[in-house]
Amino acid sequence: MDYSKFEQMAANVRTGVIKAIAAAGSGHPGGSLSAADIVTALYFNEMNIDPSNPKMGGRDRFILSKGHAGPVQYAALALRGYFRHEDVLTLRKLGSNFQGHPNMHEVPGIEMSTGSLGQGFAAAGGMAIGCKLSGDPGRIYVLLGDGELQEGIVWEAAMSAAHYHLDNLCAIVDWNGLQIDGKNDDVMKVAPIDEKFKAFGWNVVVINGHDFGEIFSAFDAAKACKGKPTVIIAKTHKGRGVSFMEDQAGWHGKAPNAEEAEAAIKELGGEF
Amino acid sequence: MADKMATRQAYGQVLVEIGAKNKDLVVMDADLSKSTMTAEFANVYPDRFFNMGIAETNMYAAAAGIAHTGKTVCASTFAMFAAGRAFEIIRNSIGYTKANVKICATHAGITVGEDGATHQTFEDLALMRTIPGMTVVNPSDGVSAKELIRQCVDMNGPCYIRLGRAAVPTFYAEDDEIVLGQGNMLRGGRDVTVIATGIMVAEAMAAAEELAGKGIDVRVIDIHTIKPLDEEIIIRAAEQTGKIVTAEEHSVIGGLGSAVAEVLVKNCPVPVRMVGQSDTFGESGKPDQLKEKYGMTAKDIVHAVHSLGL
Repeated sequence: MDYSKFEQMAANVRTGVIKAIAAAGSGHPGGSLSAADIVTALYFNEMNIDPSNPKMGGRDRFILSKGHAGPVQYAALALRGYFRHEDVLTLRKLGSNFQGHPNMHEVPGIEMSTGSLGQGFAAAGGMAIGCKLSGDPGRIYVLLGDGELQEGIVWEAAMSAAHYHLDNLCAIVDWNGLQIDGKNDDVMKVAPIDEKFKAFGWNVVVINGHDFGEIFSAFDAAKACKGKPTVIIAKTHKGRGVSFMEDQAGWHGKAPNAEEAEAAIKELGGEF
Repeated sequence: MADKMATRQAYGQVLVEIGAKNKDLVVMDADLSKSTMTAEFANVYPDRFFNMGIAETNMYAAAAGIAHTGKTVCASTFAMFAAGRAFEIIRNSIGYTKANVKICATHAGITVGEDGATHQTFEDLALMRTIPGMTVVNPSDGVSAKELIRQCVDMNGPCYIRLGRAAVPTFYAEDDEIVLGQGNMLRGGRDVTVIATGIMVAEAMAAAEELAGKGIDVRVIDIHTIKPLDEEIIIRAAEQTGKIVTAEEHSVIGGLGSAVAEVLVKNCPVPVRMVGQSDTFGESGKPDQLKEKYGMTAKDIVHAVHSLGL
């Protein structure tokens, strides 16, 4: 199958990320770029959503538990038609709706305000319970960072999601291997991620998080799995798409200057 | 004052009553349902009850998630582990997102008793009232607890409801007017006003009775809603009686006493004395012994009134 239109859209999303963070002068490019293909797959193929009716009943919901990657969600929502592209360029500025970490009451399409790590994942579990109680067919997708897995609440939430058989919940771990202070393995080893989730009673799928074929197949596998939640462990590269940012922990929370941004945008070949 | 009932018991009963009418009510607990009294709801409405295990931070974030699908959630554990352990989750996932979650926290204060210092929270009112948009309620008896819980469930938005372990005298009648955000003057008086909350309201009433015997005319106000605070009734009391004593089963730092002082210092500065837990941890003991040792009885209120020159 030809995934070039998704690859181009992901390049557009990444371009939005770079433009917004460069305009803000601060932000988190590394983890926004690593998640761009997953987020693109969700908003442009996987999820049942309607940009003209963001609160549509029965919709699928996406929660960015790694809220510091807000720019990737803002860029994807803008490209999907939730709001104007230029709005996103007010990121992190005083009075902007586009907060440093997403606020559900200020930006249409944001389902949960996140930023304090681990909480979006736990809230997603709650939404999955709520939807089941209401007979709502919507599925809940939640994206976590790998460093985020160091938060204790993540494992509390993993336990309860399996306990309550939340098969309408699909978590994705953006497994880029890096966090602010360096490699996960050096800072606080979270591996083996797959074995941990298996032990907690989850259906586990491990994929290349930059391969649309694998991403789509994983979402299908998640939907087919009944009786337990699914986690997709997506191997990714921090800073993906911008060669000088790739696999560099230093680009976790640093904005490119004008020159770097120009080079990044040129390399990405996207439009935003 | 014939009957006695713990406010947590009132909570258990009113949950079942509300659950019959409100099908969107969901109740959660963290392995303390027999103590918080949510077990009564769980028995009647098992499909709408979720035991989240001993994992309070997940419970409160999940409560926010459930609420954001259109439900009203009452989520319970001991006050120490709700306001204390889960503070930042409550602040960011419930407060900041304006989630329709009622944090019904039981076993607050020194009257937890024998469990001792790790379970005796004196900080919860202080913590909760700093969260923007959080309604903070501390009922004084079973009747007012039920009515205030009904009103909290009827409003949309986060609430913190502080409930106690020990049985306390019931002094409200079923048809008394109890309104969220409005203090209740339970006794008129001209010489001094005791502004009390929670179980200290009963102590304030006893103190007022004792002081009446000495010719001191004490006004008693029940501030069951710490936030939004009924500033008017407090300012009026200061203007009319000129002296204020606050009484709470909570630290004197940051709770009712501080809230009252914040109002008075701006509007009508008068001498204030605060009865409550001084800046110290508690210990094991029987509730009555602890109240006496840590200075939260009618006698302590009487002393505070005398210290104002009366």
